[in-house]
Amino acid sequence: MVTIDSRGIYYRDLNRMIKQAINDGAGEVVLKNVNGQRYIGDGLRGSQRIVIEGTPGNDLAAYMDGLEILVKGNAQDGVANTMNDGTVVIYGDAGDTMGYAMRGGQVYVRGHAGCRVAIHMKEYQDKVPLMVIGGRAGDFLGEYMAGGILVVLGLGLQPGEDIVGDFCGTGMHGGVMYIRGQVADYQLGREVKLVSLDEGDYQRLHAIVQRFAGYFRLNTSRIMAEPFHKLIPYNKRPYGDLYAKA
Amino acid sequence: MSLSMATPAFLIERNLDRCIHCQVCVRQCANEAHGYDHEEQRVYSDDMRCVNCHRCVVLCPTRALSVRQFPLEFRANANWTAEVIHNIYLQAATGGILLTGMGNDRPYPIYWDHMLINASQVTNPSIDPLREPMELKTFLGRKPEKIVIENGRLKEALPPQLELELPVMFSAMSFGSISLNAMKSLALAAEAEGTYYNTGEGGLHKDLYPLGHRTIVQVASGRFGVHPDYLAAGAAIEIKIGQGAKPGIGGHLPGEKVGREVSETRMIPEGTDALSPAPHHDIYSIEDLRQLIYSLKEATNYSKPVSVKIAAVHNVAAIASGIARAGADIIAIDGYRGGTGATPLRTRDHVGIPIEFALAAVDSRLRDEGIRNQVSLVVAGSIRHSADIVKAVALGADAVYIGSAALIALGCHMCQKCYTGKCNWGIATQDPNLTKRLNPEIGAKRAANLLKAWKHEIKEMLGGMGINALESLRGNRLMLRGIGLTDRELNILGIKAAGE
Repeated sequence: MVTIDSRGIYYRDLNRMIKQAINDGAGEVVLKNVNGQRYIGDGLRGSQRIVIEGTPGNDLAAYMDGLEILVKGNAQDGVANTMNDGTVVIYGDAGDTMGYAMRGGQVYVRGHAGCRVAIHMKEYQDKVPLMVIGGRAGDFLGEYMAGGILVVLGLGLQPGEDIVGDFCGTGMHGGVMYIRGQVADYQLGREVKLVSLDEGDYQRLHAIVQRFAGYFRLNTSRIMAEPFHKLIPYNKRPYGDLYAKA
Repeated sequence: MSLSMATPAFLIERNLDRCIHCQVCVRQCANEAHGYDHEEQRVYSDDMRCVNCHRCVVLCPTRALSVRQFPLEFRANANWTAEVIHNIYLQAATGGILLTGMGNDRPYPIYWDHMLINASQVTNPSIDPLREPMELKTFLGRKPEKIVIENGRLKEALPPQLELELPVMFSAMSFGSISLNAMKSLALAAEAEGTYYNTGEGGLHKDLYPLGHRTIVQVASGRFGVHPDYLAAGAAIEIKIGQGAKPGIGGHLPGEKVGREVSETRMIPEGTDALSPAPHHDIYSIEDLRQLIYSLKEATNYSKPVSVKIAAVHNVAAIASGIARAGADIIAIDGYRGGTGATPLRTRDHVGIPIEFALAAVDSRLRDEGIRNQVSLVVAGSIRHSADIVKAVALGADAVYIGSAALIALGCHMCQKCYTGKCNWGIATQDPNLTKRLNPEIGAKRAANLLKAWKHEIKEMLGGMGINALESLRGNRLMLRGIGLTDRELNILGIKAAGE
């Protein structure tokens, strides 16, 4: 294990130090006093673990392929941007555009997430990305979503607070969302529909929630006790009839 | 079902004295414009299906075929032309957006054709490139503010550069929009001639990884096929913001073109639409663009130049200044004549500005701001021949991208039907019966020949100007004169009128 005190270190230098530590064989890198440094874990491949104490900057785990990143704090925008594989666990909240074009791996957020989360999340063969948001998510959740599993749990919502924002699932053409709570029709994009869960959905969700609860020491059955709604696209070709072919 | 108003666009003329009913035309036409009547034992044609791609004409062994505009005429009307009327019929029947392929074909002024190149006479004698060395080598990437030499060596390492043997690269064309054989042709030609081709946003097919050092890998809003190996494989990374044929809109590769190999390369399931959103959803500002540029630089350890490609639009100079300041090493600008595999007709024909103006405006702006050295400029959007390239370099371009010209070298006949997936020349299709018509080795040879020919022509024109290195022509607008241009146009282009 290598520990780096990140206080006052420019992001480019910090990331060079992280890559150096991993190239030197460290299985775990602990970053203390992280304060907004961008691109941590960007493009890294392997099975190492990075523990972040503090608040990492934008594009955490972008293009990442396999590592595990634990954030003991909040994360900012662009977490898991185009991530190929790996796990990101955030103990606080996450910002906007998390999981943009994410193709594989898992993201667990204990708190809330910002807007435009899971845009164009996709899946391919055995790669099925999973994102679990403990609290609520903002507008444009899952816009253009093309694959993967997105779970929003709505834990810690204030009375009257919405679990997702507007334009949820606009342009969605693949994958599935499970939302623990109510979503009004006006909040949905035109390309998605709400359906009820079957037994297979509940089994799958139970396993997902169990993993989530394990990271954050929560009670799985208490989370599962509330009803979920399932959101899927009407079809995988939402714009198939848009064009006139001469 | 209401009456269809459609009439043929083209007339297939078969000379029955020559036709031997051998059915070559029948087998060659994926649009099924030719058929064979077994009872009568003769071939026949259906004009309605013809796209005028010349495949049958070129392959007919007895030269029995020709194709021309269908001679049906409406009452003469300069305003309501046949094309306008036919498009209304089509939209009334379908309710759909009109789709087309290749670049803007409207008769807007072509400013390349309003610029003339200088030559030396008597003083500053011309140079004969056949006998004297002539340097076309071009480096693309950020150039340092100043060079410090210590102990005979550069003190600081230069930022990463692309090294081109001539100032021409192949434009971004994705696997999906064009066939793998077309991509291989361009990749092999780039390797042979010392330049680069560009993946477009369709990912990098596994067969092309060995030519990664000749590949510019693109990252676009759909992020198709973008993963660490892909970023590592390329010689440079290009962020695609926009494209000249469809500024401001995204792309839809229809599910029927996403077969097994396209699916593997784009890393999406077979048969799904590959939707590229119009914007990158994480870019709302120059600062956001900087973030994407640097995320790619971080992911590749600052080892490759990062290019940003935009369409030429009204405020292109200010936008380019922002892109330079965001940390891009190369700015690629695609003019409104730029081609594509599929684009809405109205966007293609009415959105964007000419590349000649965009280039002149951007080069001037970056010079005025003292940041021209920070980026290389690559221009695209209908570079048709070597003189266009010489004029582009004199206006300030470091290099050009060619797309349509490269495809024409491979056999494209500009029928503008790329979006149907039935390209009879094996270029804009994924149908294995059609793609096999393009042999990548022959394609590579033809594309390389085009570059070779243009290289010689550029050297001839350079020599004629008394210039022996392309670098001396770059931004040297005194080598250009305008003809038939207004003062305002001359002003924007930054050139004098012929005779001045």
